[in-house]
Order: sequence, then C-alpha cells, then structure tokens
Amino acid sequence: MTNLLDVKNLRTYFETDDGVVKAVDDISFQLKRGETLGIVGESGSGKSVTNLSIIRLVPDPPGKIVSGEVIFNGSDLLLLSNEAIRKIRGRRIAMIFQDPMTSLNPYMKISKQLMEMTQLHLGHSKAQAHDHAIRMMETVGIPDAHSRAGSYPHEFSGGMRQRVMIAMALSCEPELLIADEPTTALDVTIQAQILELIKKLKRETGTSVILITHDLGVVAGMTDHVIVMYAGKIFEQARTTELFSTPGNPYTKGLLRSVPDPTAEQGKLYQIPGLPPDMAHLQPGCPFAARCDYVQDICRREFPPFVKLNSDHYSLCHFAREVYRESGGTPVQE
Amino acid sequence: MSANESTLLSIRDLKVHFDLGGGGPLDKLFGTNPVKRVVKAVDGVSIDIYKGETLGLVGESGCGKSTLGRAILRLTEPTEGRVLYNNEDLAHLKPKRLREQRRHLQIIFQDPYASLNPRMTVGQIVGEPLETFRLARGREAEQRVQELLETVGLSKRFIKRYPHEFSGGQRQRIGIARALAVDPDFIVADEPISALDVSIQAQIMNLLERLRREKNLTYLFISHDLRAIRHVSDRVAVMYLGKLVEIADAKTIYEEPLMPYTKALISAVPVPDPQVEAARQRIMLEGDVPSPINPPTGCRFHTRCPYVIEACKEVVPQLVEIKPAHFAACIRISPAQPHIEDVAPGAAPGLPQNGPQKGT
Amino acid sequence: MSTEKNPQHDELIHIGPEMAVAEADVHADEGAFLRGTSLWRDAWRRLLKNKLAVFGLVVVIVVTIASIAGPALIQQTFGFTPDYIPNNDKLTRSFPPFTGPDGKFSWLHPMGTDNAGRDVMARVLQGGQISLFVGILSTVISLLIGVSYGAIAGYAGGRVDNLMMRIVDVFYSLPYIIIVIVLLSLFRSQTPRGQLTLLFIAIGSVSWLTMARIVRGQILSLKNQEFVLAARATGVSGSRIVFRHLVPNTLGPVIVYATLTVPQIMLLEAFLSFLGFGVQAPLSSWGSLAADGVTNIAVFPWQLIFPGVTMALTLFSLNFLGDGLRDALDPQMRTV
Repeated sequence: MTNLLDVKNLRTYFETDDGVVKAVDDISFQLKRGETLGIVGESGSGKSVTNLSIIRLVPDPPGKIVSGEVIFNGSDLLLLSNEAIRKIRGRRIAMIFQDPMTSLNPYMKISKQLMEMTQLHLGHSKAQAHDHAIRMMETVGIPDAHSRAGSYPHEFSGGMRQRVMIAMALSCEPELLIADEPTTALDVTIQAQILELIKKLKRETGTSVILITHDLGVVAGMTDHVIVMYAGKIFEQARTTELFSTPGNPYTKGLLRSVPDPTAEQGKLYQIPGLPPDMAHLQPGCPFAARCDYVQDICRREFPPFVKLNSDHYSLCHFAREVYRESGGTPVQE
Repeated sequence: MSANESTLLSIRDLKVHFDLGGGGPLDKLFGTNPVKRVVKAVDGVSIDIYKGETLGLVGESGCGKSTLGRAILRLTEPTEGRVLYNNEDLAHLKPKRLREQRRHLQIIFQDPYASLNPRMTVGQIVGEPLETFRLARGREAEQRVQELLETVGLSKRFIKRYPHEFSGGQRQRIGIARALAVDPDFIVADEPISALDVSIQAQIMNLLERLRREKNLTYLFISHDLRAIRHVSDRVAVMYLGKLVEIADAKTIYEEPLMPYTKALISAVPVPDPQVEAARQRIMLEGDVPSPINPPTGCRFHTRCPYVIEACKEVVPQLVEIKPAHFAACIRISPAQPHIEDVAPGAAPGLPQNGPQKGT
Repeated sequence: MSTEKNPQHDELIHIGPEMAVAEADVHADEGAFLRGTSLWRDAWRRLLKNKLAVFGLVVVIVVTIASIAGPALIQQTFGFTPDYIPNNDKLTRSFPPFTGPDGKFSWLHPMGTDNAGRDVMARVLQGGQISLFVGILSTVISLLIGVSYGAIAGYAGGRVDNLMMRIVDVFYSLPYIIIVIVLLSLFRSQTPRGQLTLLFIAIGSVSWLTMARIVRGQILSLKNQEFVLAARATGVSGSRIVFRHLVPNTLGPVIVYATLTVPQIMLLEAFLSFLGFGVQAPLSSWGSLAADGVTNIAVFPWQLIFPGVTMALTLFSLNFLGDGLRDALDPQMRTV
C-alpha cells in the first residue's frame, strides 16, 4: 500500500529577535492510507509547526519552510502554486485546531460556515450545501441539527463547537484529517465523546488522521503509529503498541514515567529534571542531554544517530539499543 | 462530618451566586431578559478540610471549583454560608481582621503568565508579602526571598529578573514561593499544573508534595485532571454544577466510585496503555454539561445520568455517608444498597421514608 | 531519584534534579546576581530599531535643546539686543534670509528678520520655548490628573466609577474651545506669567479627559488579572494595588497617548495664540509668530514660513515618536 503522505527532511525555521529558531529540523515520516498517526510533543517541540508546514500555513514572515518534501498522493505540496494548495486545503486535507472558539467566525451562522466549504470546493448550490450541512451536523451528533443550524458559534458549548469543526473538516470527505490538539481545551467527558466520534468517522469514511497531542493517554487510545518530537526533531517513532511497551528513547521513557498512574499506589512521581531547551540557542550534541538519565560525554559533543531498532521503530539516541534492551526489546542487527 | 481538633477549615453551606440581571419590569416590557438569570456557581457546599491533608477538588469546567476555592479565601464574595477557620467565620470578617487572617491562607493560580506582575522583579514579587505583613525588612527580607527561591528550586541569582524571562514551570515556582513567603497554614492550589507541559507537571507536583511535608501545609488541590488529583490527594471531592456529589479518599474514588457521574468521569480519562485503551468499555455520557445559569431542577445530573428516574428531577439529593468516610449524593443508593447497578429499576432507596421532599 | 544512574547529572545542574535551572544560567558566574531585562528595556531596544521613531526622537531633542539654549546663544554670539535686534539702528526692517542690510549674503540672519528687525531664528527658537513648555507641562498635568482619576474610577467600580465617568462625559460634551476662548477673553492678563497660567488652566481643564478614559479602561481589564488577585490574597491594600500593581501596567498606552497629546496641545495653543487669546508680545509662541507672519505673507513670506515649518517639523516628529512608542510597547508579553 503506498503512503498517503510522505514527509522527507522537512525543515522549517523562524527568524526571531533572538536568532534563528529551527522549529522543525530535518524530520521525515510516512502515513499510510487509513491509519492514524500520533505526533506527541511538549510546547516548543515543533509538532504544531510540522502540521502547519504540511499544509503551508506557516506564518511567513517570520517562518519559512527551508527545505524538504511533503509528498501527498504523489505530488510535492511544497512545490505547488498558492492557488493549487488552496484547492487542496479543506478539500483533500482538512485541519481542526485546538480552540474551537477562535476557529469559527463569531459573526457567521454555523450553517453558513458549513455551507461555505462545500459551495467552494464541491461546487454545491445553496440548497445542496444546506442539506449537506444538516447531514454533517447530524453525523457528528449535534442534536436538533435542523433548528440549530441557524445558530451562532457563541450559542454552542465547547464540545458542540468542536463537533462543528469536525463537521466542517469532513464536509468534503478529505483524504487526510489533521487534528491539532482537538480535545485539549475540552472537559474530559466531552473529550471522550469527541475522540469516540473521530474514531467512528474514521471507520466509516476511511480518512487517514494525523493527531497531534501532548496527552499520552489519547495517543494510546487513538493511534496506530506514533512519533515523539523534541526540540524540532523526531526522537522516536514506532507502532503505538511497540512504543508504549518497549520504548527505545530516554525521553519517551521519561514521559511515560512522569504521567501519574491512577491505578498504582502513590509515591514520588518520576520527573524529568531541568527545562526544555532554548530553541534559539541550542547547544551542540543531543538537545536532551541536559535532562537525560543516560547522558554521557558523547551526548554533549555529538549529535545522536537515528538508530533502527526494528522494522518500523527508530530512535534518536547514542544509546538507543541499550535503552531498548532495557525496556525488554530485542534490537535488530546493525 | 463532625468537626474535631484536626479540622483546619469548616465550610458550611457556602453559596456564591452571580446575578446576571433580567426579570425586571423593564426587561419584561422589552422582552430582552424576561427571566431572572442567576449563575449559581457554588450552591450549598459543606465540607471539612483536615489539617495536613491534601483535599482534591475535581470537576469539569463550570462546576464551580475555582469559584469555591476563591470564595473560601474571600477573593470572591460568598453570597451565603460560613467558612470557619480558628473559630472565626472568614466569610463575615471585617476587612481589617480579614487582611490579618490572609496571612494564613494563600493561593496558587493556574496561569503562570497572568499571575505575576510583569513590571516587578522576582525579588519584589516574592518579597511583597513580607512587606505587607511586616515580617522582614531590608537585608533580612532579601535573605528570606533568596531562601524561598531556593526552596522552590530556583536559583537565588534570579532575584532581579522579570517574569517574562522565565518559562511557565519556573513562573509557577515563583508563584509558589510567593504563597510560602508568609508561612501560611493553608494553600488553595487552583489548577496549578494545567497550563504546564507534561514533563514539568511532575516536577511541580513533587515540589508541592515535598513542601507540604516540610512545612506542615494543608492543600485544597483543584483540578480537572483526574490523574493528577489521584496522585496528590488524600481525599477527593467531586463537584458538579455547584454542588459536591461525592467525597472519599483518593484510592476509593478511583477504584470504587459510587456516583454515576464519578464513574463516567473516571472512565473518560485516557490511560497511556494501548492495550487497556483498546479493551476498555467507556461509560459515555450523553449531551453537554448544562449551563450553571438556572441549572436543572432536582439532582443536577439528571439530564445526563444513565440511571435517572422521575424522582431525580424533583428531589435534591443530600450528601449521605454511604460507606465509612465515603459520601455520595444520590437518591438511588443508600448505605444498605450502595451500588447503583444493583438497585432495582425505578427504586430509590436513598429517599427518606416519608416520601420525596422538595429540597432547595 | 535517578542519581545513581548518572552522578554527573547533579554536578551539571549544581543542586539537584529538582532545580529548575536553565543550562545557560548554570555556566554564568557563580554568585553573581543575574541582571534582568525589564519590559521597559525591551521596549527601548525595539524603539531604537524603528528608524522613523528614532528620527522623531532626535528631532524633538534637538529642537528642545535649541529652543532652550538657542536664543541666549544667538544673542551673545551676534551681539543682539535682548529683543534680538542687531545693534545697528538702521536695520530695523525686514530682511529675507541670509541677507545683510546691504543686500549681500550674510550669515547674520539665517531666517531673516521681521518688521521690527528682530532676528527670526532667535524668535522662532524662543517661540519654541513657550510652545514646548505649554505642550509638555500641560501634558504632564493632564497625565497626573487623568491617571489618578481614571485609576480610582476603574478600581472602585460600581457606582463610584459610574459617577466619575458621567462627570467626564459631561465635560466632554461641553464645547470646550468656546469655553476656553470665553475664559481667556474674560480674564485677559497683562503679565506673561498671568497669560501662561490662564492658558494652562484653560487647556488643562479639558485635556485630562481622554487620559482618564484610557486609564480607566486599562484598569478595568487589568483588575481581574490573577496577579492582582494574588496581591489581594496576600493582603495588599487597595491603594497600593492601584498605584503599585495596576498603574505601572497601564503606562504603555498612557505614554503613547501622552506623546501624542503634546502635539495636540501645541496645536491648540498655537490656534489660541493665532487668534490672539494666548500669549501676546513680548512673549512669542509659534502660534503668535505665525499670526504676525500672516499679515505680511505676500511680501515677507519667511516670517510665516520659518515658524510654521519648525512647528510642523516638531509636531510630526512627535507623532512619529508616538507611533514608534506604540509599536515598541505593544508586544508587552513575550510568549515563550
């Protein structure tokens, strides 16, 4: 099965007062059709910028996609004209953002915003678009879709607004849905509803999904593959089950251990010491060196290699194989 | 809930209502706000907080937990009710006496960016409480500030820096140092880790725990993050639309919750384990959290509860000790029949014998 | 903790895994207090990058210094009388710029002279003294009144706020130019000091209004910020909260507005003086100079041009500076 999306050596840099920030620095990953890829990272890791780069919404200035390829269905998105990429956005690649309040136009009725999508991309007439909008609202579980279609965003709750966003995103039946922290701003019970909805829609429409989040629980429940980002680089990528059971990178291990486990007894919680790096002034060597439990001299001098631990499992670390073995994995021969 | 010597704070029937207007003759005439709208953010909360414990207060947005925390400290004026501390009612103290008592009750905020004055240096921010309560001056004050910074894990060399030069986690530490400056007994931690990165959350939770042990503090830890609450709390109180619906120790709440809402809440938390996630059956709640403006009648949860019966819409359930030290507010369970799944359909063993009584 | 795994770790961070020290700071001098960069310094740096704003700032400074020191300097250097007339009586008439009495090129009067033979440049600079003085001092007064009034109204809230702002509304609705003119014509003063005082009172009574509104608006949005709540929670008194916590955070828009108020007031003063209600001879301001110059505009245009151009230059320099300040002060919080 060919990949739906193939990102190669993507680099997106930002010019700031402090210097050049390499928000995304040479990352490569693939997404197979019908799969869900999770991108995990904390603030400053570059996960959001990665997405914006894929659909070329990076604010320019101060940001710029410096190099790389983003091959979507065979064509490189970075080489397309502005007009061509605009046709793709919304129609074949759709995106939902974290804050549904600011993503919706407060002055426009919900129905109108939904209709705009299909009128623009599918050439629907007003009546067709309206019917389609109502159907989409029902599909995403908004009760009384008919009567609520004429409402404004502020009349909906956060969870409902996010559903509207999902409806908008899926209106044109895109091949790829990018969801950037879609549930972070929502209550946990609503989050559960939205995540179930995304899963259901994915099953029904076969859309591939890229899910960006910092919540490892969400990743565990929703994704097939995961990439872990830190300081603009991919630190680990693997199948989800593999990543959680046998992580091969100290950062991933640290993250997994610092999430409180509600089923275990209380004790001191593991914490990753120190602070995320200053992206404008990265030190040589591994960006995680200052905080790593496994750090040695070499980590501070040399940038770590991207080690293949398994088919489908890679880790950026000088000691990837040792860490992997410690977790119970068996690395393949070099 | 009887008060005993080890009770630090006794909250009795605390209410915080915000009047949004409406319902007046002019409104009726113009048809703008025909119904009087009141936000019952906190609607009759009673609980004791014991010395040295961390009481976790959990609930979703709009449940009133932040308002409750602030009302206890009278940063928001309570509409009714009492907050007893050292035999004084904080809710009704005169301003001067209240300011004196503020020394013992401090707060840490959620937003590390908004909770520090951007025009003051760290030294000034942490030192201000010392000045206000005249606890130290000059050289001595400076030394104390340096000690405080080191206590929370920041280098004392940061004393002349400004908040914007720090990361979120560091700013949160500054806020903690400020709260500790006056040696309080009680700290309300209002979502102290929600705005922080995962790797930093653990640091701050550990810090708070260490400080509690070292300084004999009592915490009210407010959060919507159940995993964090489970980790840091001794007891947990669950809040929904202005009322407490369940209180128990942390382990029990997580492993054997009695209330349908609590069960749903816990079931909704994603677990970082793909196999568990794949296998689990979630209890999904229908619909949205209702608005705290003119909330549902009777049991506020009735609009979403999978076990709802007619009586639930009329009777306001009280917190009843269903199991030892485990309280729940639901008419469909009782000490004799604590598990709602086992209760016969339509039955309400929690109702008083002489029929349903309309509560306030 | 994981120290057994990596003893070097603790060394690096100096004190222990719980210390939240950024790596850069670890390598700084042990013991030295790290100096912070306040938001003001940040803003200053940003301002300096804005060329137009720097131009404006430089021009304003140059004009101010020239106005203060200029007239006396010119008088001494060229030996003029206190009235800026050359010592030669035969020269009491209007010369064009750079022209001597004999019609030939001369450095004596770069801006020419007026009908009484007075050196125009000296008079322009002296006029600057008054115009700038009135502009800046009035602004400072309106600042002090406006900020205090607005801060108190904003923090007090409720009925007090309502009352105070309705008073502002009433003042606003008065046709103040007419009132000012009426005041000044009723109370004409003979002494320069009297004239200036009247001018201050008249201008000052209306210019604080917008400042009060701006400050009140800022305070309203700031007073529910968490750092204010924190101050209340630590028992800080109301007045201290207003002046220590709230007002410094409103200074951004206040400074910008003040910088833009100065030219407004200068224009107002010029307008009044032009009409004859402001300063009169022997005092001069740019407005009164312009008034004098207008009568001779066909014959001796330089008498109007130079005061006019100098004033315009100063005004738009102040405006550039004000704009630059607004941009520099705007990104208040750097997000990490």
